Amino acid sequence: MEKMDKPLTKNIRSDRAFATLADYESTGGYQGLRKAITQLQPKEAQHWVKEAGLRGRGGAGFNTGLKWSLVPMDEDAAQTRYLVVNADEMEPGTFKDRLLLEQDPHQLIEGVIIAAYAIQASIAYIFLRGEYHLAAQRLANALLEARAKGYLGEHVLNSGFNLEIYLHTSAGRYICGEETALLNALEGKRATPRAKPPFPLVSGLWGKPTVVNNVETLCNVPHILHYGVEWYQSLGRGADKGTKLFGASGRIKHPGLWELPMGTPIREIIEDHAGGMRDGYKLRGFLPGGASTDFLLPEHLDVVMDYDAVAKAGSRMGTGTMIILDDKTCPVQMVLNLEQFFAQESCGWCTPCRDGLPWTVTLLKDIIAGRGRMEDLDTLSGLTRMLGPGNTFCALAPGAMEPLQSALKYFREDFERYIVGNIADMETA
Amino acid sequence: MKEPTEKPVFEGLSLAEIQEINAEMTHYEDKTAVSIEALKIVQKHRRWVSDACLVAVAELLGLSPAQLEGVATFYNLIYRQPVGKTVIHYCNSVTCWMLGAEHIRERLCRHLNVGLGEMSADGEYTILPIVCLGACDHAPVVLVGDKLLLDISDDAVTDILGR
Repeated sequence: MEKMDKPLTKNIRSDRAFATLADYESTGGYQGLRKAITQLQPKEAQHWVKEAGLRGRGGAGFNTGLKWSLVPMDEDAAQTRYLVVNADEMEPGTFKDRLLLEQDPHQLIEGVIIAAYAIQASIAYIFLRGEYHLAAQRLANALLEARAKGYLGEHVLNSGFNLEIYLHTSAGRYICGEETALLNALEGKRATPRAKPPFPLVSGLWGKPTVVNNVETLCNVPHILHYGVEWYQSLGRGADKGTKLFGASGRIKHPGLWELPMGTPIREIIEDHAGGMRDGYKLRGFLPGGASTDFLLPEHLDVVMDYDAVAKAGSRMGTGTMIILDDKTCPVQMVLNLEQFFAQESCGWCTPCRDGLPWTVTLLKDIIAGRGRMEDLDTLSGLTRMLGPGNTFCALAPGAMEPLQSALKYFREDFERYIVGNIADMETA
Repeated sequence: MKEPTEKPVFEGLSLAEIQEINAEMTHYEDKTAVSIEALKIVQKHRRWVSDACLVAVAELLGLSPAQLEGVATFYNLIYRQPVGKTVIHYCNSVTCWMLGAEHIRERLCRHLNVGLGEMSADGEYTILPIVCLGACDHAPVVLVGDKLLLDISDDAVTDILGR
């Protein structure tokens, strides 16, 4: 079982060519599906994934098998159920799903078929970012191949299970990554989030039970079925199980993406895999899991990439792709760039987010332009609470506040320098 | 790409457009769900979605024009104004910003003598910002039409426009 410490990327080639159906089958591809369909009841497949300890890789970290087990499946339940793949990767600094989609599309498709079998969904949608043209082309082709081989369509592997998978390419909006907004987008509407409850597991797409899973999450599933729960659990180095794609970008020597065990120390990722900082730059801080996670500092380098460990350090694992802040990039300007993104991508549905994010941007711009006052920092702190958890319809604004609140904590002197400089200028004027 | 002069055969839409939209309808439980794909189909044929096309698509899908306009204006990749033959999307999210996105924007705009969203005089190009293109390990990046260009150097204009 060569390279089995890297199940997700074992078919991924350095030349960016993609794994064909034959390539995929030659390394055990579609064996997990075969086992699920021929040997396991849907509930048993759910149980395997739950026991393996796979947690959602889109950022929230909910146990995937447990999520599936909450779908109503008894005889009274609605007979139409949907599986939706969230392939709307748009979190700034995140580039992991693209690799899986472009270079090993059958791995995702097998994961989708097994997940659909486990919840007995007869239709699945892959909700793909509109900008991912190459991924769209390769997925569309792989879907045809899978159908021709009997993995998809009526009577999957000659069983009684039928499944259609449709590829939906989006027209671009970050909020579509929020699962209920994604469902509205799939229904052809403005992608505003929905009130919860009811949760999509009970009432989702067109009011039917719907599971939404991230690309990387589903890519784990075939391996759990093929190689078993114990093998999967043996892959983690800490509390969490399995492997994950970790990445880093910014002024480091070798920006990139690496499949590593859950629980890998951040220091190993930044110093060994990314080769440390570029010459002439020092590490000032980093966002561990995309734009909507709190800054961490060099003193946090020994934190391990587990959901709970990163949370304990004051941030979130998020997507596991880090953005590195060097000592020559201004953290205030970096936060302005992040908040401009969130303000632009707010769907405008609820007031704190629609009005609070542009206000945040205005205050940051004023500070940088030398028009700031010390009270503005209190106003910004107030906004991090007002736009925080519990005050908004969805997680967009609370996510937007994470880099801001931690920047105010860790890089306060950088904010103050703009303001003090301004006061000094006024006095001499 | 088909020319916008293609003969309209139904309510402002071409036969090819209607056929493509109808094919998408088989994938969903209702017609409304096809809204976004229908707008993208029109855009594939005509580069942008005019008022007349928007009304025609709304009619085809049984929606009010206002409802479809709400959808059309929500999404970043639906253009409600004419754009050049090739749309250049430069990523302005955090890693690309850090590694020179603004520099790329300035050079492109200066070279083509356009502001963001405008069409170059020869009708070839429109430059627009776009959020993170998911290739941060190769920042800065630019999407030229359907093609993603990685590790854009200081010679951005030559890299991107190939001139």
